[in-house]
Amino acid sequence: MQQQGHFKIFNFKNNFMHKIWLIIQREYTTRVQNKRFLLVTFLMPLLMVGFIFGSAYLSSTGTEHRKIAVTDPNGFFKNAIKNTTQIEFLFPENIDTNNYSQKGFTDILLLPKFEKTNKTEYILRSKKSMGLVLQNSIIESINAAIEDRMLQESGIQQNVLDSIHKASQFASLKAYEDKGGNKSKESNAGLAMGIGYASGFLIYLTLLIYGTMVMRGVMEEKTNRIAEVIISSVKPFELMLGKVVGIGAVGLTQFALWIILIMSLTGVAMGLLPSDLQNQVASLQQSNGQMTGAGMIQASESAMRLYKMQHTIATANWPLILSCFVFYFLGGYLFYAALFAAVGSVVNEDPQDAQSLTFPITMPIIFSYIITNMVTQNPNTPLAFWASMLPFSSPMVMMARIAYGVPSAVSYWELFVSMFLLIAGFLFTTWLSGKIYRTGILMYGKKVNWKTMFSWAFTKQA
Amino acid sequence: MEPLLSLRQVKKYYATQKAVDDISFDIQKGSIFGLLGPNGAGKTTLLRMITGIFYPDEGTIFFEGAPFKPSEDIRKIGYMPEERGMYKKMKIGEQALYLAQLKGLSKAEATEKIKYWFRKFEMETWWHKKVEDLSKGMSQKLQFVITVLHEPSLIILDEPFSGLDPVNANLIKDEIFGLAKKGATILFSTHRMEQVEEICDQIVLVNLGKKILDGTVASIKQQFKENIFSIEADQIEKITDTAIFTILKKEGQKVFVKINNDNTSNQVLAHLLQNNHQINSYHEVLPTLNEIFIKLVESTHATTRAFQNI
Repeated sequence: MQQQGHFKIFNFKNNFMHKIWLIIQREYTTRVQNKRFLLVTFLMPLLMVGFIFGSAYLSSTGTEHRKIAVTDPNGFFKNAIKNTTQIEFLFPENIDTNNYSQKGFTDILLLPKFEKTNKTEYILRSKKSMGLVLQNSIIESINAAIEDRMLQESGIQQNVLDSIHKASQFASLKAYEDKGGNKSKESNAGLAMGIGYASGFLIYLTLLIYGTMVMRGVMEEKTNRIAEVIISSVKPFELMLGKVVGIGAVGLTQFALWIILIMSLTGVAMGLLPSDLQNQVASLQQSNGQMTGAGMIQASESAMRLYKMQHTIATANWPLILSCFVFYFLGGYLFYAALFAAVGSVVNEDPQDAQSLTFPITMPIIFSYIITNMVTQNPNTPLAFWASMLPFSSPMVMMARIAYGVPSAVSYWELFVSMFLLIAGFLFTTWLSGKIYRTGILMYGKKVNWKTMFSWAFTKQA
Repeated sequence: MEPLLSLRQVKKYYATQKAVDDISFDIQKGSIFGLLGPNGAGKTTLLRMITGIFYPDEGTIFFEGAPFKPSEDIRKIGYMPEERGMYKKMKIGEQALYLAQLKGLSKAEATEKIKYWFRKFEMETWWHKKVEDLSKGMSQKLQFVITVLHEPSLIILDEPFSGLDPVNANLIKDEIFGLAKKGATILFSTHRMEQVEEICDQIVLVNLGKKILDGTVASIKQQFKENIFSIEADQIEKITDTAIFTILKKEGQKVFVKINNDNTSNQVLAHLLQNNHQINSYHEVLPTLNEIFIKLVESTHATTRAFQNI
């Protein structure tokens, strides 16, 4: 008797899993086989790479070039001031504010007699107004020229000055995390910020995109009236869960394809570099970036930069970051997708209803994204801490903090609590949505608001 | 014989109304059963309880003699809801396969059965088409196939003929008779009475959540008969009211009479023969189900209920 009872439960579970599996399969294959999915999956990385290179290209060529005429009563600027990529300083004869533009200059810079006072005003006149960045770079150039002049006046030789400038050019801040004892690990705030920002942004996008996809799927089933056919075979909760999991699997597939695509694109791009550059980078890697003697001369500046880039990327704890990304993407997705499903189930044909009902769901997503942007710069504020604990915002905010390192920026218990709360959170939203869903999916012709939805969730139904 | 499905004092209340209020009836195995009622009478709620979508608040449903267990018994039920639905963008063959597998068929079994039914209904070329390419009648045929595919012992059809042309309606009707003959039990829900009279063995009429009529079509007609007879004679203008009967109306060669008090139909006939009327036909006029339905429902405010809040 006991045996039989046990067998029955097993059978039922099997049946339950089997049906959910069928639903997941359908949700997954119909979407992955869709042409739009393939298009987005393959075009997105190309677009992103294109966007990055495109903007880099535009910023290098598309900027304006200023030809500035300088009147200098001091006489030393002509040799001391340095041109930048965008600004050219020229010292023509017989130039004044009336004729500079006729003579082909974009601006005229009037320097006063330099008298070692604290306050000095330079006057710049232009036909075309100048941006803040260019103005700052002019001030920098002038100050550098004055500084050099003062150093020379205090007895430093020109060749000494030149070597000081050269030596100081490669200086950069190398920050290390102390891990107790003598262990330390190189850390890079810029990289952390980049990773935090990118993963936060990706999760933000996918929560909205896949959440909406779940909602549309549910609405389709409801307005097509197929929901009733299916619900006479499976439980509403099974149908909802199958849809949420199936679409989540689509999201994971897309991420996996993106990573593979980006890695192979980078590989191809690296392979296209000139072979001596590749060799230089390789030898830099072997020697840990320390090139001495002949090697120092050999390694060109671009090889050095490439090596630095690779080296910086390698400082991040990628296995941890990737696994946390998968966890927080899935957790956040499950947390919000269930809510989106609940909204889809109560909407009738009118898409406007959906818009007003999704507002309370999209708001926390957008807020979390704004918080994430702040947290990428300051990972340890109280706001960052609380936002990374609450399941509403933790998927995005915690990723921004994790990028700064575990356990240095985020302690293990914080990570654990955040993950635990997220799991508890999505179990709760799934339960809540299941209750709303099973009533909503079979209800037609009634306008529903959040208050009614909650009353379905917390009273006995069906 | 043991009934396939029994409802015992089943109740289902929503917040502001009694959708199903104390309904009991039995459906015999292999019979064709009609569940009738105006819009909003509680038919859909009743069907959703029988299909395991809702649980009754009170009362019990017995399926094959044991209390109804949705998780297991659901595979033995095929349900075609009134508002039919399909995935518009999905291929028809895949769709049928998916829905059959959800009912517990294996993929091979399902494929084989779908092929059988598609051949039978001349739908073989549809496999790779999408539902959005089908006409309303065609998708209805598909829906019927999906409903009966897994050989359920109870087939529930909610308005199965709406939107079908006479040819396809007959096709489905013949199929329903065939399935019943093979032992399946059919539960019909409709408000089109002429179909019920033609097809159903037994009917239940519900209104305002209560059962108001239960029995075979013939017995119900007997129950509601008003002793009206139709007489076809050569010279009907000579037939006049008597103590035995009252003339209701005359139409062409026909006279409709209502028999008064406790007189019998034979007394009417004897009277006519005595008066040398040439009788060509003489038979009783039973009320149609439609008339009974309207008579029972009209006095209530059933039609307004559909618009109340649930």
